[in-house]
Amino acid sequence: MSELTLAGALTDALATALDKDQRVLVIGEDVGQTGGVFRITDGLIGRFGDQRVIDTPVAESGIVGAAFGMAVAGLRPVAEIQFMGFSYPAYDQILSHVARIRNRSQHRFSAPMVIRMPCGGGFGAAEHHSESTEAIYAHIPGLKVVIPATPYDAKGLLLAAIDSPDPVIFLEPIRLYRLVREEVPEGYYTVEIGKARIETEGSDVSIITWGAMTHEVREAVEVLAADGISAEMVDLRTLRPLDEDAIIDSVQKTGRAVVVQEAPKTAGFGAEIAALIGERALYSLHAPVERVAGWDTTIPLKKAEHRYMPTTEAIVAAARRTLDA
Amino acid sequence: MRNILDLEGRLVGEAPIDIETTRRLYRALIETRAYDKKGTTLQRQGRLATYAPLLGQEAAQVGSAAALDPHDWMVATYRDAGAMWMQGYPWEVLLLSRSGDERGGRPPVHVDVLPPSITVGAHMIHAVGISWAEKLQGTDRIAITYFGDGATSEGDFHEAMNFAGVFKTPTVFLCQNNGYAISMPRERQTASDTIAQKADAYGMVGEQVDGNDLFAVYEATKEAVDRARAGEGATLIEAVTYRVGPHTTNDDPGRYRDPEEERLALDRDPIERVRRYLEHEGAWDADWEEAVQAKASTTIERAVELAESLLPPSPEDIFGAVYEEMSPDLRRQFEQVTS
Repeated sequence: MSELTLAGALTDALATALDKDQRVLVIGEDVGQTGGVFRITDGLIGRFGDQRVIDTPVAESGIVGAAFGMAVAGLRPVAEIQFMGFSYPAYDQILSHVARIRNRSQHRFSAPMVIRMPCGGGFGAAEHHSESTEAIYAHIPGLKVVIPATPYDAKGLLLAAIDSPDPVIFLEPIRLYRLVREEVPEGYYTVEIGKARIETEGSDVSIITWGAMTHEVREAVEVLAADGISAEMVDLRTLRPLDEDAIIDSVQKTGRAVVVQEAPKTAGFGAEIAALIGERALYSLHAPVERVAGWDTTIPLKKAEHRYMPTTEAIVAAARRTLDA
Repeated sequence: MRNILDLEGRLVGEAPIDIETTRRLYRALIETRAYDKKGTTLQRQGRLATYAPLLGQEAAQVGSAAALDPHDWMVATYRDAGAMWMQGYPWEVLLLSRSGDERGGRPPVHVDVLPPSITVGAHMIHAVGISWAEKLQGTDRIAITYFGDGATSEGDFHEAMNFAGVFKTPTVFLCQNNGYAISMPRERQTASDTIAQKADAYGMVGEQVDGNDLFAVYEATKEAVDRARAGEGATLIEAVTYRVGPHTTNDDPGRYRDPEEERLALDRDPIERVRRYLEHEGAWDADWEEAVQAKASTTIERAVELAESLLPPSPEDIFGAVYEEMSPDLRRQFEQVTS
């Protein structure tokens, strides 16, 4: 065991995978000597060489398209896109090819690959560096979409993603990279993709979230507890395939649901959760499902960003509304 | 422009293959044309979805694919049936792919030819990645990718060429410049004098060849394949040919080009040129021609029977191929369809 940040746990996962499986390689911009803009690949080139930790030209479509070819030919590439906001040049590769090759070849070819991308805002970055567009990936058949919120899950989920026979979009909440440290086992272990995690059990209201918003939800659960309200915190960890049963079980138990996302509200992934609850748990509900989300604006730049980010107070208020209903 | 056989079928250079091999490739040209004509006919009868004819491009496809080893990779497009078949992709599977059936994307296990790319341009980088993986794994396998003049306008062409140049991947870029991207002539795709010259910008070898000259295409591709296998990197070949037919069976070339142009193209027919060559060499006669045509016709008819004998894809085929294993949420939907 060692105390690692989420960032450190990801580095540990990559090193573990590169060590365990000769087919694994890391490919992306500045992933070599620089160790990546967030230093997630720090030290890997020294240990595994430039044939397995590959610096590329600045070309996201090229990185994903080349990694796709490598995966088809039997390797297990882990591609890094520097920021989620730079993933869109590769979107055609991801949708039209990575996600579809198993279907369009009826299992004859597949693309077992991971596309890592840091996501989310709240740290005053430059434009395009604070995106939360997970819904545009979660919408696509053939992809798995994973987003860890703890160091333990980050390592276990990344190792599971690298082992996945199907492509995984691996989202890394930038705000959580170095927020906390926790005990992370050494060596190889996996956390199952497609399984949510109940961080805090509760009986009055389910608060369902993923990624960086787990931080605000955790605070909200404490504020509510001080008021005698027992909130259950569900960290989805995987958006696709979605752990529907975990959500439904929780809502059937509490009868109330708040869905929290950093992304803009309209057509966000939270809408899918709310619809699912409507389909499968409507008669358990004592109150309408609440959504706490970013506004339907482009995420503001540094000076006004705080006006956009969903707050602990907003989550607490939404939970109280479900109890007052 | 590299040229070995002139329009009359006379050698203006040295033949790169012997007579017996030429006769074998002639049979392949005839079979490819038989398939292509059948494709258009079947579409007219409503038995195929849209079909994209390759008429006039047979030598560019057969000649280049003949230069490959059987275990080499191929990443081609919806207009490259001749090349794909040469590399082992069966006619019946190609017909399935054009009939609106996902199983048309599944070649036999030993054939490493990807399903035909439908999007234009995004697939070239796949050949780069594939051949790069082979290089990293220390094998001698290379990858060839086929695309048209229109695809060179896509940004992905640049990224594929650039990666291939930087990482010296064992890739052959085979551009069939057939003069048109649907209605847009080659001059509207690039202000470059040639497509081949674009290779210079990526630090790789580029060459323009007469794409209707079986020998020139074969020889240039063989050199490119040998270079790739020897670790000397990628090559861009521009095979200058002509799309005699429409873009697809939904297209009407009368709206954008002079029919006279298509008539003139017949003088450059790639198959007739090889026939004349064989005749000059005393290796062709009418009886053999009849036998070759009959064999091609039988083979294609048999492929049509095979393709049409399959029942349509089942819900299992559709739901079962999204992931290696059906996820629980997907299984719930599958059960709605099948219950």
